[in-house]
Amino acid sequence: MEGAHDMGGVAWSGPVEPEPNEPMFHAEWERRAFALTLAMAMPGAWNIDMSRFARENRPPEDYLSKSYFQIWLAGLERQVLEGELVTPDEIEAGRPLHPAKPVARKLTAEDVARMLHRGGPTERDAASPARFARGDHVRAKMIHPPTHTRLPRYVRGHIGIIERVLGCHVFPDSNATGAGEDPQWLYTVTFDGDELWGNGSDPNLKVSVDAWEPYLERA
Amino acid sequence: MTDHDHDHHHHHDHDHSELSETELRVRALETILTEKGYVDPAALDVLIETYESKVGPRNGARVVARAWADPAYRARLIKDATPAIAELGYAGRQGEHIIALENTPALHNMVVCTLCSCYPWPVLGLPPVWYKSAPYRSKAVKDPRGVLRDFGFELPAGTDIRVWDSTAEIRYLVLPMRPAGTEGWSEERLADLVTRDSMIGTGLPKQPHEVA
Repeated sequence: MEGAHDMGGVAWSGPVEPEPNEPMFHAEWERRAFALTLAMAMPGAWNIDMSRFARENRPPEDYLSKSYFQIWLAGLERQVLEGELVTPDEIEAGRPLHPAKPVARKLTAEDVARMLHRGGPTERDAASPARFARGDHVRAKMIHPPTHTRLPRYVRGHIGIIERVLGCHVFPDSNATGAGEDPQWLYTVTFDGDELWGNGSDPNLKVSVDAWEPYLERA
Repeated sequence: MTDHDHDHHHHHDHDHSELSETELRVRALETILTEKGYVDPAALDVLIETYESKVGPRNGARVVARAWADPAYRARLIKDATPAIAELGYAGRQGEHIIALENTPALHNMVVCTLCSCYPWPVLGLPPVWYKSAPYRSKAVKDPRGVLRDFGFELPAGTDIRVWDSTAEIRYLVLPMRPAGTEGWSEERLADLVTRDSMIGTGLPKQPHEVA
């Protein structure tokens, strides 16, 4: 979707501001929002692409007015509501009002280390050979899906070179909608700075994205 | 949406009442999810403890120090970083597929996630606020030298700069150049030179005189 989350190359005022000796969390509520989000993926049975879409799919003024963990909180609220694990009147009341929906799994303290160590690898067996090879010239398609995508706006329509073939990976555009993993070949595609930003770009700059095959056409 | 021209007041300007409302919302949600039996409060504590005190850039520093000290390890890391990093026990969530990027005198690598906040958790921990911020996510792919200036250093003119936008589930770890004057140092001493920012590409390792 075209959202405020897609920030690459957007003109922005002000510098990057690193914080010396930054703590991992800046408030207790950030700790809780972070941990709740990780823990709820198991009973919620949603995937990371659904969670990313739940965070980014909001009006720009909403996305930009929230801090990072406020966006996580809003995404989690949306997912528990859409999953019918929680009802709007419960959110309003701040306490349970209805019986819990049965869930298949719940994260226990004993399972945390194993769950984190396993992670969620996305590489899958390929059903067909890769269409592109290292060195091929490709154009990022000019697509504007209303749903989740991982092709940033700043590369769309531009020509780059296949730098690496990364294997066949879960396709987020499909996985985010619940339509299944639909694994697709994934490539590192590298663009010259002036291809993306025109004359006046840093002559020594190259930028890459990792792009699934459906995002690309031969150039 | 195609227009980003409006003012961006954001992220750091929330007044107290807004924060309090956020605190209340989190507390309410935690109460509901716990009392309905979806969440084990002890699991939340273990998750927080893990990322607050066990996983962090010290892990990545050990990887870099080993690569500096052991040419065979360095070769394995460059060839296929995921198993090489797993040799040191670091693996899993948000680091399922890792690629190491070697800095050289001619090439400087920098990592960003313009779409959200993708970051190699097993080796660097959770990302700092600046990494997730609009200024970094917008500027890194267009004016990386300007970003480096924000961090207080100037990349020599003529050095190639390569920005990696983490748009898939591949995570990137920069292997910075080993500082001069560290010949014969142990891995442990070398790890003290490796900063978090040097492994993102927004900083350099410390120099020998900066550590005791």
